[in-house]
Amino acid sequence: MMTKEELQVYLAAKNPGLSFEEAGDWLNINVEPGQWPSFANTLRNDEELWFDYMFCLTCVDWKTHLNMVYHLSSTRHRHNIVVKSKLNRDHPEIETICQIWRTAEFHEREVYEMYGVNFLNHPDLRLLILPDGWEGRNPMRKDFEDPVNMIKL
Amino acid sequence: MLEEGQRPVTNFPGQVIDTPGGGVLTGALDDLINWARSNSLWPLVFGTSCCAIEMMSTASAKYDWSRFGFEVARATPRQADVIIIAGTIVNKMAPVLRRLYDQMADPKYVIAMGACATSGGPFFYNTYSVVKGADHVVPVDVYIAGCPPRPEALLHALITLQEKILKEKLSDNKKG
Repeated sequence: MMTKEELQVYLAAKNPGLSFEEAGDWLNINVEPGQWPSFANTLRNDEELWFDYMFCLTCVDWKTHLNMVYHLSSTRHRHNIVVKSKLNRDHPEIETICQIWRTAEFHEREVYEMYGVNFLNHPDLRLLILPDGWEGRNPMRKDFEDPVNMIKL
Repeated sequence: MLEEGQRPVTNFPGQVIDTPGGGVLTGALDDLINWARSNSLWPLVFGTSCCAIEMMSTASAKYDWSRFGFEVARATPRQADVIIIAGTIVNKMAPVLRRLYDQMADPKYVIAMGACATSGGPFFYNTYSVVKGADHVVPVDVYIAGCPPRPEALLHALITLQEKILKEKLSDNKKG
């Protein structure tokens, strides 16, 4: 197991392009969307890191941009990290990582319908919970409007 | 007829007159039917969120709704008399709830348990997916306030429903 500080030192040495956030119990890492697939591969397969379990995948709408959030854990080393990636709100695109963590296939479909993020090379990117015909309207976006069903306060 | 504040009568509402070789039973048909119906209300197993936890607690040993005649929760609407809407109803669930209600045999009753089933509750504002009250989908007999209501509140609602049933008349012809 590596502590938060040890993880930061280890990852910074391997990948100089990363930036880190100090707040929180777990190490927060910001990664460029373009670097994400190769970085994810490192996180999963490096013997010292071995993040073999993705326990949360979600997105945050900050109005100026979208932020993908990945929570990873290692069942071998018992350490956790959070990876974030800033996306363009008008054309949110990021590579799928469901080939690395299979669970992401399901969660990426949810982020796709709720936030409209396009996951490149996802094998089956379609609506998960929302009814048919919802494509293009993303209920978790801050500016989402539904004059029929929504009573605004 | 029940007076205000009076508990439902659980005694048999008729008279048995002994005759040689058997007996004759007399009573008003309304009273007999209402007595039978109100003391054997089978709830449908239907819970959509945290209110269902309280409902399960009400069924369990500590609160034990069997004491009042809600003995057997049925997993099929065809055998249920009362549906307790224990939780949030979303737009996607609404047709399912309607279908379950339609599949129940008359006479059938509905209890809206908690804030969500009553009005949408905490999801009344700024939500695209929640039905603002189960009475948009099915007719409701008794509403319970609370988020979630305590088991005592559910028991009170069930007894209130019994009182309502005891006031029914066949001539009203509303239910079976």
